[in-house]
Amino acid sequence: MAKDPAPISFIQDVARGRVSSARLRRRHRCGTVSAMPVPVPKTYKLFVGGKFPRSESGRSFQPTSNPAINVARGSRKDLRDAVVAARAGLAVWSGSAAYLRGQILYRLAEMLESRRDAMQRELQLGGLSAPLAKRELDTAISLTIWYAGLCDKVQSLLGSQNAVQGPFFNFSMVEPTGVVGVIAPDSPSLVGVLALTLPLLAGGNSAVVLVSESAPFAGLALGEVCASSDVPAGAINVLSGLRSELAPQFASHRDLDGLLVAGAPDAALTQSAADNCKRVRFCYLSAADWSKVERLRSLTWVEPFVELKTLWHPVAQ
Amino acid sequence: MAKNGEKQQATGTPELVFGGVWKYDPAPESTEHFTIAPRYELFVGGEWKAPKTGKYFATIDPATEKPLSEVALAGDKDVDAAVKAAQKAFPAWSKLSGEDRGRYLFRIARILLERAREFACLETLDNGKPIKETRDVDVPLAAQHFFYHAGWADKLDLLFPGQTPEPLGVIGQVIPWNFPLLMAAWKIAPALAAGNCVVLKPAETSPLTALRLCEVFQQAGLPAGVVNIITGDGKTGAALVRHPGLAKVAFTGSTEVGKEIQRAVAGRGIELTLELGGKAAHLVFEDAAIDQAVEGVVRGIFFNQGHVCCAGSRLLVQESVHDLFVQKLQRRMARIRVGNPMDKNTDMGAIHSAAQLARIRELVAAGVEGGANLHQSACELPKKGFWFPPSLFTEVAMSHRIAREEVFGPVLAVLTFRTPEEAVEKANNTSYGLSAGIWTDKGARILWLAERMKAGVVWNNTYNRFDAASPFGGYKESGFGREGGRQGLRAYVRLAGGLLPG
Amino acid sequence: MPHSLSPVEFRVPPVCAVALETRAADLATRSLKKQAKLQGLRLAIAMMDLTTLEGMDSPGKVRQLCQKAMRPLPQRSDVPSCAAVCVYPDLVETAVEALRGSTVQVASVATGFPAGRTDRATKLREVQLAVAAGATEIDMVIDRGAFLSGRYGKVYDEICAVKEACGAAHLKVILETGELKTYDNIRRACRIALLAGGDFLKTSTGKVTPASTLPVVLLMLEAARDHYLETGRIVGVKAAGGIRTSKDALRYLVLVNETCGDLWMTPQWFRFGASSLLNDVLLQLEKDRTGRYQRPVDFSAD
Repeated sequence: MAKDPAPISFIQDVARGRVSSARLRRRHRCGTVSAMPVPVPKTYKLFVGGKFPRSESGRSFQPTSNPAINVARGSRKDLRDAVVAARAGLAVWSGSAAYLRGQILYRLAEMLESRRDAMQRELQLGGLSAPLAKRELDTAISLTIWYAGLCDKVQSLLGSQNAVQGPFFNFSMVEPTGVVGVIAPDSPSLVGVLALTLPLLAGGNSAVVLVSESAPFAGLALGEVCASSDVPAGAINVLSGLRSELAPQFASHRDLDGLLVAGAPDAALTQSAADNCKRVRFCYLSAADWSKVERLRSLTWVEPFVELKTLWHPVAQ
Repeated sequence: MAKNGEKQQATGTPELVFGGVWKYDPAPESTEHFTIAPRYELFVGGEWKAPKTGKYFATIDPATEKPLSEVALAGDKDVDAAVKAAQKAFPAWSKLSGEDRGRYLFRIARILLERAREFACLETLDNGKPIKETRDVDVPLAAQHFFYHAGWADKLDLLFPGQTPEPLGVIGQVIPWNFPLLMAAWKIAPALAAGNCVVLKPAETSPLTALRLCEVFQQAGLPAGVVNIITGDGKTGAALVRHPGLAKVAFTGSTEVGKEIQRAVAGRGIELTLELGGKAAHLVFEDAAIDQAVEGVVRGIFFNQGHVCCAGSRLLVQESVHDLFVQKLQRRMARIRVGNPMDKNTDMGAIHSAAQLARIRELVAAGVEGGANLHQSACELPKKGFWFPPSLFTEVAMSHRIAREEVFGPVLAVLTFRTPEEAVEKANNTSYGLSAGIWTDKGARILWLAERMKAGVVWNNTYNRFDAASPFGGYKESGFGREGGRQGLRAYVRLAGGLLPG
Repeated sequence: MPHSLSPVEFRVPPVCAVALETRAADLATRSLKKQAKLQGLRLAIAMMDLTTLEGMDSPGKVRQLCQKAMRPLPQRSDVPSCAAVCVYPDLVETAVEALRGSTVQVASVATGFPAGRTDRATKLREVQLAVAAGATEIDMVIDRGAFLSGRYGKVYDEICAVKEACGAAHLKVILETGELKTYDNIRRACRIALLAGGDFLKTSTGKVTPASTLPVVLLMLEAARDHYLETGRIVGVKAAGGIRTSKDALRYLVLVNETCGDLWMTPQWFRFGASSLLNDVLLQLEKDRTGRYQRPVDFSAD
């Protein structure tokens, strides 16, 4: 079914996010876009270990915000691969100097800024209006910078030197919990991913993130931003798919050390996660809260996913 | 007597001889200064109350198997009454000034020290651990925990600057039998300092010191209902953690039960801290201070009969010193004085219960069956009571049950390594992550290793040290949350804007 | 005389001070009751080198000391005599005379005691004179100057030379642990003395503070124990200086009993170097015999 090339103005509109998803779908469907080169739509793929695979299952799904687009539908085995990648990424990420991690996250903010147009388009594909998309992007960048600057403070803020009895030097240092699974909220689709993942990254963890089911575009595009931000392969892994299918898999995976879920506490998930004593937390915010950047910046969000290690050392000649 | 040495030389390999010249007379701590009541009720709402179940059960001295007393068996209704009593006390207690809460805790610490000997004796009788340890470790540390947290009660604003820490409400606490008084202090002190009220369930087999602690609370004038102590069995504990009136559950015990509790509180949005099992690696490098490392390893595994979640139960020795180290260790093990826990010269007391002894025997049998080499100290064990000699396995494979499962007894599994990397890999090859020990003389290596140990407490050139100011708790399946130190208090306050617990 | 050794042979395992002190403190909590206490106290007397090392020492004082060493409590036959009397070389003859016919040995300090700051020929001459005068035990001091500047070979050679000069007399090597300062140094000094053929490792001259401490003696016992297990040769240990009470003495005995065992639980291989300790032990023995607390004035000063 041949399509006419779209007019340049339309392509520009698309790029500026001025085209509603409905209109875009119509254009594609009717094949009325003409007088311009055949557009090159993006394939929405997963981001695992620094690479962009399709789902090993070969499946895709059509997000409700934009059913015209096929998005890779991650499977249990994709999660398995992502956890393996995240385990490798953890070694590199947590082994990097906190200062370097801060610089890399700051680079992530820079990349978001320089890809504003593209990211805004992804948000609009997910159903946001242009002003709302811009606002979300502003929040995303602000949030990223805040956590970038936090990386090399976590140790000082949460660690301590402890005054114990006897000739001992005693101190407590923080270390990442490990590989943490994130079930991001359905909305906001970009800030939701960042707000839950950045505290983990600031604490030195690696993450496997399941992005918004209805609007996965911006979340998946975040993988592309990471790929150009010196984020080590595997430190962040992004999956898309059906939450109902994948969330229980996250909970039961024995090599995930923690689980951070957007939404109200879910007994079934925690019960399953108890199998390996996962650290489980839920992030239950109202739509209004999600839009307040100051509500999303908190050391208390870092705390549940760091481990405290206390060292004893004798003091003597 | 000069002949002694020559005789040894004449027979070939020199060996040491012990115990023939100077034997110590029994030195039992006297118990005339206190009495144990024939029966204890539940401590609910500041009063002693008979259980609604009408049932009681005996608690025995594991060293003699003689009953010490009987305690109430709390059922669902008793649990409910205790939680309600705590809920009733909560509004006033949480609104009390931090300074006043602190004053109560200071008084508790002081009274505990005033009655130190009574608590030490009672703990030894009910638990089986040596009086030396209850006198020098359990009781002083328990008092320190109250004293330490007393000082935090009016300084929570310094702990969480710019935020308003709020107490959580009623905390359900379930503690194990290995450090009955100390665990009660670890749990109660921070909870009270932060303005919470408590329902605590001591272990079925070691309830007496926690009950006596209630007398201290009364003496200190602690308001009724702030702490409620209910005795019972596993069902009582299960009823407590399932009670909808709790704002948090704090549990110390086995990983198996810990997971059950995590499932039981799932979805209720209440806080949970778990301090669970361990299978700690104790690393000895060839450059270590070898005689002191032997002492550290002994302290690591034979302290409290090995009934310690952070016991250094897997000894990883560098291959080049393995034989020498094991020899030294075996000679040292023979010097451990096993026997009457009330004797001031006893180093290792009784195994806490028949059930625990059976568990230890089962795992040791599995070790022997698996082909590991068992060495046990040739010590005379009393006829009555539950006893197990200091034991050591060599030729252990990483896959052996004795190298993977928590024995919770005086049984050490010895493995070897060749390089620091191999040591780290083997040390972390476990689902647990509570503690680790490192013996090497090289400072840079200590920190390199300590960074890589997946464990909440790392003892370098020392082992089994505890302090109220030092946070304690595990990685991985050893649980989550910390007790002690600044960070231990975090689990007892609510800060605005935090993530919700599972 | 053995040939000089290279520094590598004086290498010793490091010592973790805190853990060593912890073990010593733990053993110090042993509670000794009844027979064990009496037996320990009697053994302590039998292990005692009754010592007087003052500039104002006189033959008369030494003779009194010898009387006390032979029969510490004249009215009690169950109280053993001391192991030795320890004096300066010029009083050896007096002591030998006074102790004739008894089992009490005469020990003499030598080698420029207590500082050892004189040339080797003088030190050896002093040893020879003391032995010639009848001393059966020589308490030498090591060259701390050489030790602390890392000239371990010199320390070793000197002990070898003194040992040779001792002939049949037993050689006690005073490490003066209070000047060596660290446990690592003490452990190394033990090694040197053991290799050089010393018969005893001795803590202190009594002229430097700190003198004997429980952790130091524990460390020396461990060194002696390991040397025995390696070579089959027993070397004794003498705790000297600062030991004043019965309780102290019993604590040291516990260290011996639980570190080295029966082979060392004899005056031949463990000694106390002390002067005021004896009366406190006698006081305790009398208290246990009579059931009444005693007063010092009832016991002879020398």
